[in-house]
Amino acid sequence: MTRFLLLRVGTAIPSLIGLLVLTFLLIHAVPSDPAVSLAGDAATPAQIAAIRHQYGFDLPLWRQFLAYAWKALHFDFGESAFSHRAVSLDIAQRLPATLELVIASLVLSVGIGIPLGVFSALRHNQWPDFLLRIVSVAGVAVAAFWVAIMLQLYFSMRLGWFPLRGELSPDMAPPLRITGSVILDSLLTGRFDAFGNALSHLVLPAVTLSLGGMSGIVRFTRAGMLETLQQDFVAYERAMGYPSGRLIWRYVLRNSVTATVTQIGLLFGGLIAGGVVVESIYDWPGVGNYTVQAILTGDRQVMLAVTLMIGVIYTIVNILTDLVQGLIDPRLLRRA
Amino acid sequence: MNPVLRKLARDVPAMIGLAIVLVVVLIAILGPWLAPYPGDATASHLLRRLKPPTMAFPFGTDNLGRDIYSRVILGARGALQVAMAVVGLAMAIGIPLGLLAGYRNGFFSELIMRVCDVVLAIPQLILALALAQMMGPSLQSAMLALSLTYWPFFTRIVYADARRLRESLFVDALHGIGAGTGRIVFLHILPNAISPIIVRATIGLGFTILTAAVLGFLGMGATPPAPDWGLTIAQSRLYLPDAWWYALYPGLAILLTVMGFNLLGDGLRDLVDPRLRRSR
Repeated sequence: MTRFLLLRVGTAIPSLIGLLVLTFLLIHAVPSDPAVSLAGDAATPAQIAAIRHQYGFDLPLWRQFLAYAWKALHFDFGESAFSHRAVSLDIAQRLPATLELVIASLVLSVGIGIPLGVFSALRHNQWPDFLLRIVSVAGVAVAAFWVAIMLQLYFSMRLGWFPLRGELSPDMAPPLRITGSVILDSLLTGRFDAFGNALSHLVLPAVTLSLGGMSGIVRFTRAGMLETLQQDFVAYERAMGYPSGRLIWRYVLRNSVTATVTQIGLLFGGLIAGGVVVESIYDWPGVGNYTVQAILTGDRQVMLAVTLMIGVIYTIVNILTDLVQGLIDPRLLRRA
Repeated sequence: MNPVLRKLARDVPAMIGLAIVLVVVLIAILGPWLAPYPGDATASHLLRRLKPPTMAFPFGTDNLGRDIYSRVILGARGALQVAMAVVGLAMAIGIPLGLLAGYRNGFFSELIMRVCDVVLAIPQLILALALAQMMGPSLQSAMLALSLTYWPFFTRIVYADARRLRESLFVDALHGIGAGTGRIVFLHILPNAISPIIVRATIGLGFTILTAAVLGFLGMGATPPAPDWGLTIAQSRLYLPDAWWYALYPGLAILLTVMGFNLLGDGLRDLVDPRLRRSR
């Protein structure tokens, strides 16, 4: 187990270095001279040269890269041109809200997707299966930003069941900040009024974000179940009169979900990416919303830092995914 | 009829997908003749702004009085053009790299595949957004950004097939008669690896329409007055909740189109790789 973990972390290091190189190239692949844009329109050539020297743009590329990598390792991504605060500080402040939304969507996707996938497999080629197959294709094909607007239109503006935007009503005093997640903080401080309020704000964004992932999970679970159901041990257990519910939900499901777990790992990155648009529509105070502001204001430092952060999160989640797969199916650990 | 095609014809969801794709392609080609008000791509009629759906305007009108039905129809061409250009460029980059990396050994092959790993380690949307932002927001940079973040998918597929096929007898035979690398790789290995490429390209077209719509929605793609679906939804937000039709129909167009490509792609995948058969 430990060996497996070390091996896996070892293979991740080149990817992380690659990520640094990629984001670095992203800045330098651009034809525009950063010193010119920093200096402004009225700058003299001497001023531009001074700025070029001050920011180290006149150094050889490899030295600029080392400086960039060193700063990135210390979470120093410079200052946001929009908020005039350190980018890492801005991100750290918004990350809990994003994680709260992503985890809520993940829970919805998995909690609803796996049972639906099992159900679809058990009703194979009957109408519930056909229906679920079409719905799951639609779930991947639908534009999340449009779903968000439609849900707002119907459930907030017309029916008034859920709030339109934000993570807490403006007239609700926010709970003491401990973890940064309003849901967790209100529970920890015993503020049940804030908890209910925050929960009702979370519903629409989480449902919107979960649709795509849920569809993927339904499909992978269904395929895995159908494959496992044909194995000899299932026929044997059935013949032995083993209780069908326990057989399906314990043994067949456990043998079917390895592909689904990979899917969940991939989903995590996908949810953070999808969250960019969903957060901006629901005005959710997370990293995604911050990213959209950065896009609209042309704030490159923020774009770079967010790209790097998501890449790192993705790499870490991939390692965790492999570990979870090993726990579900110990044969994989031995093979490694 | 060819037995493979007959099998595809029996796959009802795939046939629905094919029908949708054909209709969308027809609409894209014939758009200006099908739309009741083809001039509404750019014109404005302030006297009939924000009218709910009626017989004359089946999807209602927008804030400039333009017929939304016409604009949804006219938007199909742009969506397909962008998707085809993006997937085409991604194939033009990804396939040769994958063939070379798979056929040859050594540093260059290793480098290509590591670059793929890194690019795929970041969700495509985020990387494309960052790239498009760096290049300056325009439709061209959005398309270039989408291609530059999509090619590794093709490289990975082609790489696996090239690896497998280079050990095969016919490649040995080609060596024997003195065929060069380019000839072996493009004329003999590529045709044997074409089916998974077609599957990926079909799904990629749908996926790109969706991602391009997000870029358009965020103002990183098409610019007004283009009848772009994503852009239209972004513009509609100022007039909600009253003008619900303004946002509804372009979104439905995206949903249907992408569904068509996905259903067709899934059906093709079942044909190519029966092991992954979804309908089993």
